[in-house]
Amino acid sequence: MDLLNAFVSLANYVLIPGIAYGSQLALGALGVTLVYGILRFSNFAHGDTMAFGAMITVLMTWWLQSLGVSLGPLPTALLALPFGIAGCILLLLATDRAVYHFYREKKAKPVILAIVSLGVMFIMNGIVRFIIGPDDQRFLDGERFLISAGDFKKMTGLEEGLAIKTTQVITVITAIIVVSLLFWFLNRTRSGKSMRAYSDNEDLALLSGINPERVVMLTWVIVGALATVAGVLYGLDKSFKPFTYFQLLLPIFASAIVGGLGSPVGAIAGGFVIAFSEVTITYAWKKVLGYMMPDSLAPDGLVQLLSTDYKFAVSFAILLIVLLFKPTGLFKGQSV
Amino acid sequence: MNDIVRNVGLFAIVGVLILLTGFLQSWNAALLILNMGLISAVMALGVNLQWGFAGLFNIGVMGFVALGGLATVLVSMPPTTEAWAVGGLRVMLGLVLGAATIIAGVLTYRTMKPGRARAIAMIVVLVAGFFIFRAVLDPGVELIEAVNPAATGYLGGLGLPVIVAWPVGGVLAAGVAWLIGKTALGLRSDYLAIATLGIAEIIIAVLKNEDWMSRGVKNVIGIPRPVPFEIDLQNDPGFVERAAGIGFDPVMASTLYVKLLYAGLFLVVLVVLLWLAQMALASPWGRMLRAIRDNEVSAEAMGKDVKKRHLQVFILGSAICGIAGAMMTTLDGQLTPSSYQPLRFTFLVWVMVIVGGSGNNFGAVLGGFLIWFLWVQVEPMGRLLMDLITAGMADGYWLKEHLIESAAHMRLLTMGIVLLLVLRFSPRGLIPEK
Repeated sequence: MDLLNAFVSLANYVLIPGIAYGSQLALGALGVTLVYGILRFSNFAHGDTMAFGAMITVLMTWWLQSLGVSLGPLPTALLALPFGIAGCILLLLATDRAVYHFYREKKAKPVILAIVSLGVMFIMNGIVRFIIGPDDQRFLDGERFLISAGDFKKMTGLEEGLAIKTTQVITVITAIIVVSLLFWFLNRTRSGKSMRAYSDNEDLALLSGINPERVVMLTWVIVGALATVAGVLYGLDKSFKPFTYFQLLLPIFASAIVGGLGSPVGAIAGGFVIAFSEVTITYAWKKVLGYMMPDSLAPDGLVQLLSTDYKFAVSFAILLIVLLFKPTGLFKGQSV
Repeated sequence: MNDIVRNVGLFAIVGVLILLTGFLQSWNAALLILNMGLISAVMALGVNLQWGFAGLFNIGVMGFVALGGLATVLVSMPPTTEAWAVGGLRVMLGLVLGAATIIAGVLTYRTMKPGRARAIAMIVVLVAGFFIFRAVLDPGVELIEAVNPAATGYLGGLGLPVIVAWPVGGVLAAGVAWLIGKTALGLRSDYLAIATLGIAEIIIAVLKNEDWMSRGVKNVIGIPRPVPFEIDLQNDPGFVERAAGIGFDPVMASTLYVKLLYAGLFLVVLVVLLWLAQMALASPWGRMLRAIRDNEVSAEAMGKDVKKRHLQVFILGSAICGIAGAMMTTLDGQLTPSSYQPLRFTFLVWVMVIVGGSGNNFGAVLGGFLIWFLWVQVEPMGRLLMDLITAGMADGYWLKEHLIESAAHMRLLTMGIVLLLVLRFSPRGLIPEK
């Protein structure tokens, strides 16, 4: 029995990666949920929007690196992030003008808009592959670890190491800042309130003189910022590869639906539910259980419930459970 | 009358495009486009059934196509007797236990009174069942995968003729569609989309990882063929003589002959399915579906069972995609799970249906041929375009190299633009619904 080591091991492999991944999913799901709440369609291009914003950031990071600019221990990508956000917002606004605007005027059915977003996804995916190629790109620099496993062992004298990556800390801090800003904006400012009003009841909002085009524009601006931040954080933490962003679509949508589509609080909760389920179910529990149980009972196998290749199955299973038992999600979302 | 002339004209244009490929590039390339075009047309027919007839948004086509591919392996490969001997029964028992767990879970949910006790009982049943399932399955899997892993390492198939796999692929896809439909239909349309997107990813993950079943990323090669091998034809004096008689050399003649045989088989399937789909469209059942699609609320008020009809058409459409998937794997002669890409297998089929004309079976078929032709030909066209653009640049200039290298990604861009343009300016497609 060695609970302390068990806890450190758990924190190292489950808690900390889970929190970081959960923050990334939450930011992604917020974007999906905002589009759903205000523009009223499922935006399948969101994964590729994230990839686009991240790509601009990667390119800017490389440029800054070639100029010799750096943030010291922090990754240069943070400096490039505002450019990525700006690029992504411009792309989204242009897309809205060229594509979505027409269907909004026509009051097209949500499912038509969803199909349109498939077309947008194709194009964004094509642009990203065209510019940066389909391969893995590394753009992380600066200090890799805040605490490395070796240092931690020396510091505490424990058998198990606890490694905290810089990117994980940055992910969590950035996510907290972004989410607080978003909630401050939605709850305290006039524009934010008009957005919520529009989301709640379109007709009533129009009657009270809210300009719908302005609300839509604001939404795209926020979605662009959220998508880029989520994309860059994910890219820093893992690596940047266009196809993985497309694959993120499933966990992101699962998060948004689990939380309740259209509900920002739900999106955050959903992100963490999905992330923690994914990590705990695909984690090999041998070590933790080995510390917690007496030697005679220590498990032989890896005690891994599912291989990591099945992580999509976890999001999917949770999604099914929610659809079967609580279709509006944890925090009552909209249902059309 | 005018419509018929126009539609025949459209098909003729596609025919001419394929013929042009034959004259300008090679007849082998042209026949390859024709064969894949036939398969794409079948897929488009399946999606059209779901979207065009019933307005169901299925973006998991890839998964059903892959299930068809799995069916060819399970049906036509020779069984690995040694693997069956060491772990076959154990794995089968494991699968039965897995299914029993789910059934027990559902029964618990159905029979007990709602409340906390029911939730706990159900979770206990499912979790305990999962561990028993793994405990039985895992050792068997290990034993099977240890049997000559370089060549087999899987259970093999039933050793039946490969044509049998086509309907079996349809049945497999239908089974999975039933599971998905049961849970996700009747809710919002987006939910079905997400659920199908998810199941497609999971099916691919299973194909990639369950080596005992599909050899995973080691691929299954040498799937039996319904047509003779080229090399056998070339060694057949009678065939060589006949080829010489019409002025072909034996290699060329044998490759073309084999492709034509495939085309004939696929054409039979396509015609049968097209006929069935046309009959369905004109039947009272088809009218009911369209009524539901156009106004669900009023159809329901008229006493139509919306959920049941949706489930039926979802299963049928998915089964057709499964058949197409089995046909494709037969044509390839191998199952390569890593080649299944959602952009290629799900979204491209959607482009076919929408460009061709959703709600019209002939439109879907036309879209299948046309978009497949574009998909194949956009790459060389893109390269040509890039060569043109970069002609003025010096060799070795980074932009020139980058542009030429990226020509391969023109496909996605083009397909996206085609889809958006059609949706915007001709939302009913090339051959609109009547």
